[in-house]
Amino acid sequence: MIDLKDIRREFVVGDETVIALRDVDLQIGSGEYLSIMGPSGSGKSTLLNVIGLLDRPDSGEYLLEGESVTTLSDKRQAALRRHKIGFVFQFFHLIPRLSAAENIELPMILAGMDGARRKTRVTEALSAFGLSDRARHRPDQLSGGQRQRVAIARATIMEPHILLADEPTGNLDRHSGQDVVDILEDLNHHGITLIVVTHDPDLGLRAGRRITMVDGAVATDTGTAQSPPAGP
Amino acid sequence: MKLIDIIRFAGKAATGYPTRTVLMLLAMAIGVGSVVVLSALGEGARRYVIGEFSALGTNLLIVLPGRSETVGGAPPLLGITPRDLTIADAMALRTSSAIRYIAPISVGAAPVSRAGRERETTILGSTADLYPLRQLEMAAGRFLPPGDPERGEAICVLGHTLKEELFGSAPALGETLRIGDYRYRIIGVLSEKGQSVGLDMSDIVVVPVASAQALFNNPALFRVMIEARDRDAIERARKAVVRIIKERHDGEDDITVITQDAVLATFDRIFAALTLTVAGIAAISLAVAGILIMNVMLIAVSQRTSEVGLLKALGTPGRRIVTLFLAESAILSLIGAALGLVIAALAIWVMSLIFPQFPIAAPLWSLAAAVGVALFTGLVFGVLPARRAARLDPVLSLSRR
Ligand SMILES: Nc1ncnc2c1ncn2[C@@H]1O[C@H](COP(=O)(O)OP(=O)(O)O)[C@@H](O)[C@H]1O
Ligand SMILES: [Mg+2]
Repeated sequence: MIDLKDIRREFVVGDETVIALRDVDLQIGSGEYLSIMGPSGSGKSTLLNVIGLLDRPDSGEYLLEGESVTTLSDKRQAALRRHKIGFVFQFFHLIPRLSAAENIELPMILAGMDGARRKTRVTEALSAFGLSDRARHRPDQLSGGQRQRVAIARATIMEPHILLADEPTGNLDRHSGQDVVDILEDLNHHGITLIVVTHDPDLGLRAGRRITMVDGAVATDTGTAQSPPAGP
Repeated sequence: MKLIDIIRFAGKAATGYPTRTVLMLLAMAIGVGSVVVLSALGEGARRYVIGEFSALGTNLLIVLPGRSETVGGAPPLLGITPRDLTIADAMALRTSSAIRYIAPISVGAAPVSRAGRERETTILGSTADLYPLRQLEMAAGRFLPPGDPERGEAICVLGHTLKEELFGSAPALGETLRIGDYRYRIIGVLSEKGQSVGLDMSDIVVVPVASAQALFNNPALFRVMIEARDRDAIERARKAVVRIIKERHDGEDDITVITQDAVLATFDRIFAALTLTVAGIAAISLAVAGILIMNVMLIAVSQRTSEVGLLKALGTPGRRIVTLFLAESAILSLIGAALGLVIAALAIWVMSLIFPQFPIAAPLWSLAAAVGVALFTGLVFGVLPARRAARLDPVLSLSRR
């Protein structure tokens, strides 16, 4: 479903060119659970951003569900992000003035969904993520784990096919980090394609397929064949 | 995204940052408020002058001796010495069917005394027609009786203030009054009615026009006031006056006829222009408010870069982000404008308490214009910040926390 061919991404900093992605070839199947590890600056985030259509590669081709998306217009890419891709970030990126429920509702508002449907979906999501009693709380009134759960609820409320998580536990204590991992894996069990960038080897090893990146290239790839380890 | 949701989202964003919002609202409110207040003052001045002039009567024509080239101007001081306007001239106008009332007027000042109290007072000589023409009202007695205007009876009608001064609360009807060297019997007292341009009708003695001429020893009239039968008859009446007087003055065109309509129209134009000018000057403050909006929105965009990045990650195209930020400036402008209207209403109310006789009132167009200009500046000055937001790189925006 995700097919990257010779993806190259370069950044020009001053008069130096940094190659963030060095002609990456990568195929990811539907429903896979993939972890990306590697040293800082090896291009993990850049790869995730290219997959999530937040960043455009300088060369190469990207086929998403068989469709070439490399050269789509801003508007078409936005539409794909809206409906097919969910993001979870290290720093949550909740909107501080909106309540938990409103943050979760936001993607549906942006997609123009009608109010009644939004309300029922938000209620369902809140209870599914154990946030029912936090619906009206603003982000600064929530713990880190709760914030990340709100963020995951928001990322999945449009029922995307792909969930991209960049260091989702990087800002959480061990316990709430575990919580978040459980939620993500549960979503994967229900069919979502899950791609997690992480520094945490314990978390990385849980994935069915693990790749490591070094200096903008994929160094090791356990491959699709490997069956995911049994859940906790 | 639905319009209502755009408005709600932008509204929440606008009200989510109180300090900058208050600052921006204040600037807008002051701009809108000054536009409305200044145009209300202009409009008030217009109404005041028009009101004063309308209080003279309706469908009036004023005949002045002397030729003036500019209608509505003062009679010339130079040029040919005009022939006097006489009572006979005035009465000759009665032949025109376009004319309803004719009041020849002779004005002067003379000492008025009674029981030792004496004071210099304006004496107005006229006829019975002045009463309906000037829309006067009696407090007591009656006005000058109809009759031959060439006959000067020794009767008079007192203005309200003058009566109070000379008689206090004692009745004045039937009493006699000394004006100059003559004694006059008081037959009526005018009711308290506001003054109009030039002449305070409450501090005055009205006598038959022939009596006034005898008193001042001057057969010339000060002017003749004429009421046309109706609005449509004004022009016919004017032509009739010019024709009849010309005939009587041996073909000499030596009078000036001012129509109240023309004067009113002139004042109207002058004050409307004045009001527009001051409103325009005040609108400059709205532009200043617009620049402030731009600044505040630029700050808002830089404060909310990660929010913009998030919106993009959630699938919001750049165009929609422009819309969201523009809606935010529009909402702030409108709230500011509404506040400005409230401030203006308060200011106008306070001024109307301080100057009750001044008819201050905000013209409707100024309300619409102020709000419209506020919205317009809000949008225009909101474009740059909104476009800057839309151009933000989502990856960079999201990498900061
Ligand atoms: N916007 C950018 N401008 C310049 N250099 C960048 C930018 N984004 C990433 N890079 C560089 O690209 C490389 C890969 O970055 P990144 O994908 O963030 O690495 P990782 O997530 O693995 O730490 C790094 O060397 C980084 O400095
Ligand atoms: Mg990274």
